[in-house]
Amino acid sequence: MHFADGEVPADYIGYVRQKSFWIVGGILLLFLLLVYSISVGAVAIPPVEVLQTLLGQNISHKWDAIIWNIRLPQALTAIVAGIGLAVAGVAMQSILRNPLGSPFTLGISNAGAFGAAVSVIVLGAGTMQSRVADAITIHNPYLTTLMAFCFCLLATAVILLISRIRGASPEVMVLAGVALSSLFTAGTMFLQYFSTDVQLAAVVFWTFGDVSRANWPELGLISVIVTGATLFFVANRWNYNAIDAGDETAKGLGVHVERVRVVGMVVAALVSAVIVAFLGVIGFVGLVCPHMVRRIIGDDQRYLVPGSCVMGGILLLASDTVARLVMAPYVLPVAVLTAFMGAPVFLYLLLRGYRR
Amino acid sequence: MILAVEELRFFYRNREVLREIAFTIHAGEIIAILGPNGVGKTTLLKCLNRILTPRKGTVFLDGDDLYGLDTMEIARRVGYVPQRVETGRLTAFDAVLLGRRPHIGWDVQEKDLKIVDAVFRRLSMENLRMACIDEMSGGELQKVAIARSLVQEPEVLLLDEPTSNLDLKNQVNILTIITQVVREHHIAAVMTMHDLNQALRYADRFIFLKAGRVFTHGNHDVVTPGVIEEVYGLPVIIGELGGVRCVVPGNTASEPLEDPS
Repeated sequence: MHFADGEVPADYIGYVRQKSFWIVGGILLLFLLLVYSISVGAVAIPPVEVLQTLLGQNISHKWDAIIWNIRLPQALTAIVAGIGLAVAGVAMQSILRNPLGSPFTLGISNAGAFGAAVSVIVLGAGTMQSRVADAITIHNPYLTTLMAFCFCLLATAVILLISRIRGASPEVMVLAGVALSSLFTAGTMFLQYFSTDVQLAAVVFWTFGDVSRANWPELGLISVIVTGATLFFVANRWNYNAIDAGDETAKGLGVHVERVRVVGMVVAALVSAVIVAFLGVIGFVGLVCPHMVRRIIGDDQRYLVPGSCVMGGILLLASDTVARLVMAPYVLPVAVLTAFMGAPVFLYLLLRGYRR
Repeated sequence: MILAVEELRFFYRNREVLREIAFTIHAGEIIAILGPNGVGKTTLLKCLNRILTPRKGTVFLDGDDLYGLDTMEIARRVGYVPQRVETGRLTAFDAVLLGRRPHIGWDVQEKDLKIVDAVFRRLSMENLRMACIDEMSGGELQKVAIARSLVQEPEVLLLDEPTSNLDLKNQVNILTIITQVVREHHIAAVMTMHDLNQALRYADRFIFLKAGRVFTHGNHDVVTPGVIEEVYGLPVIIGELGGVRCVVPGNTASEPLEDPS
């Protein structure tokens, strides 16, 4: 069977080009936002000088130190974490066939929080120290990160095991995730009940996701995982499009539906786990960025995945920039701001409906 | 002979759903799989492109053992239109383009877009090309699903109740399209159906399933009141109306009928 008399339709090409423009526009906006974010703060640095410093010119030692040691790694961490959370969110919504799917649907954030609580309360990583700006930090962050990461992976392993026994259906995965979330929340509450004031404060503090916790080495590690995961989901965009069209349609198109679901879940979980372990829990980005993009460029994963990455970067960087400025000299953790920043935009998009 | 089914047996857990199924299908034919609800029509259809794998028996696709082929290879040769199609915020063109999935490598090529365009023209649905599928009627959506299976450029087309949920005009429209495509491109189509009248009008051969077995199969001659009563447990009358064979229930009693299974 062969159909030979077709042409490449001009209206479709125009439509596709429009989607690409949105994504390119988003990347430009993200870059402008990056420069702005680096330029503002307790010490204001003009954007032009920021650009020159980023391009390698040595304008001022003080500015160099501020840009290279503090603001650039923080801004890049916000972008990379935003990308990671958004791409995991897109994948989970498709894998679980559920608009409420997010990187944390499978209980990863609660598992991470429980791991952090274990490290602080049981293993004593929570000796607190006060810093000049009255912020409190966890004394032994590496132990906390490691424990959080291990428990994130444990939660994923349990869901994998259940999926293996009962089949990787969206219902089984979502329900197992809900059960695990509750279990880890209960575990955290149990530990908190027996903790001291200081330990309790440390655990609560840890759960406020904050991109300033990462420096270059942590940023490097997060970037490697996020880049790998993003490439994975881009490479699988047709498989996820097929799954979105229904399991039977996907199977009829030669897609190994269960395998794609399970591998996608593991990749999304790994990205979320590494972000949670290093930065704490940052909600909203992974849930809502994909929906914002869906309302602008539709459900086609070929554009939805890159679009969500850009939107995730923009939302988290914008939130972090505002978090640094809004109550200066106090700096808020970004997790407090993401919903404040994103919810009004999302509600607007929801009210407006899909773009035509 | 494009498709040969040999001694197929399928179990859901330990319950045998299909037993000793055997038949052959030739290119250019439309086959209707008929039988009461729950008899295993959809299960049989899904065994024909390995969505389900039977416990025993095999299916030969143009001489190749279907269960030895890669799933992508099967998808390049067998198109499948399920009963239920999910919608999303996609244009019909994108939804149909997905049917090229088994053929494309990293990304779509100009050739893929041309094939999709040709199918839209062939099915006279150019006006739907840029419409979003989440705003479509059931008939339009079914056309999109059929178009998607056609851009797979299959040798065999499997359709699971292609006209359920459609109004009369859309039923005729969809079945006419399938008939024309099968004849023009010399492919085979296998459809599960409930409507015996539509089956009589559009199918070349019929497979009646009863209690998981092929009760009988063959051309129009096998569709008799006796066979239908045996399979469905309902007396019927077959007559001609305007040159077309029609089946009408023969029972006029007001009591509920016995379940054939």
